[in-house]
Amino acid sequence: MDRVPILKIGDILLVSIQVDMSDQTAVALQEDLAERIVATGCHGVIIDITALDIVDSFVGRMLSTIASISRVLDAETVVVGMRPAVAITLVELGLSLNGIRTALNVERGMELVAAGRGYDDYDEFDDGPDPAPTASP
Amino acid sequence: MTSGVDLSRPQQQTVGSDEDVVRVRQMVRTVAVAARLSLVDQTKVVTAASELARNTLVYGGGGTVEVTAVDNGRKPGIRIVFADSGPGIADVDLALTDGYTTGGGLGLGLSGARRLVDEFDILTAPGQGTRVTITKWSR
Ligand SMILES: Nc1ncnc2c1ncn2[C@@H]1O[C@H](COP(=O)(O)OP(=O)(O)OP(=O)(O)O)[C@@H](O)[C@H]1O
Ligand SMILES: [Mg+2]
Repeated sequence: MDRVPILKIGDILLVSIQVDMSDQTAVALQEDLAERIVATGCHGVIIDITALDIVDSFVGRMLSTIASISRVLDAETVVVGMRPAVAITLVELGLSLNGIRTALNVERGMELVAAGRGYDDYDEFDDGPDPAPTASP
Repeated sequence: MTSGVDLSRPQQQTVGSDEDVVRVRQMVRTVAVAARLSLVDQTKVVTAASELARNTLVYGGGGTVEVTAVDNGRKPGIRIVFADSGPGIADVDLALTDGYTTGGGLGLGLSGARRLVDEFDILTAPGQGTRVTITKWSR
């Protein structure tokens, strides 16, 4: 079974998924990440899915689970690099990716992790829509 | 995949492990490209195939997937058949409802796959296995 490598960059764990993962590999990644969050004390997880040409319900659920687990372990997860065709397909499939923060690329993801530590972290716990964004300065 | 594969013939894959589900995705991608589906349509049909192949594995106890490049005289497309001899589905309408699952999933596989393709056909009965056929046409 392939294992997805996890890199530590400062206070952040970076996972760049480069293979079409089997379900087992996806589950292993979930467990490896939880262990690494605790072992390193990192406060951010960035999952780069630039190389993924599909996200189905299994991988979608894995991303949501990772976000929930890391939140419980006091880390923020951001999924970055989703391809437009993948986003379109996800919506039609009916996957809402509840509670998952997304950003365009790794750099933006890192900014979001840093900013997310400061404000408005935990409103993903409720199922309702987030409050309308206020104009940023 | 290698250029030695004759894509005008049906491609077959047995589904007995989650590695086989990965192989189904790759096979479907290859044929979808050959059928000149757009990138978005390739993504949709590969995603639908991933859902249905996983159902074949998890609920059907394994089975086979057959992928064929088709042509209706006006446009090319791809047809995929997922077949298993598992327990079958007693209430298909219920199984096709968003959120309905007996396996702790999201209950989006069948209903979502149906939305992602142009034609969706399911043949199943309790004790008789399940056969799902999907088709996606190039636009
Ligand atoms: N090949 C099959 N054989 C028997 N039952 C099936 C088969 N495919 C689907 N089902 C039944 O239909 C239900 C709905 O399937 P669907 O794929 O929509 O959801 P799921 O697999 O439970 O969750 P998800 O696919 O979102 O992870 C399943 O829980 C199962 O009871
Ligand atoms: Mg399913």
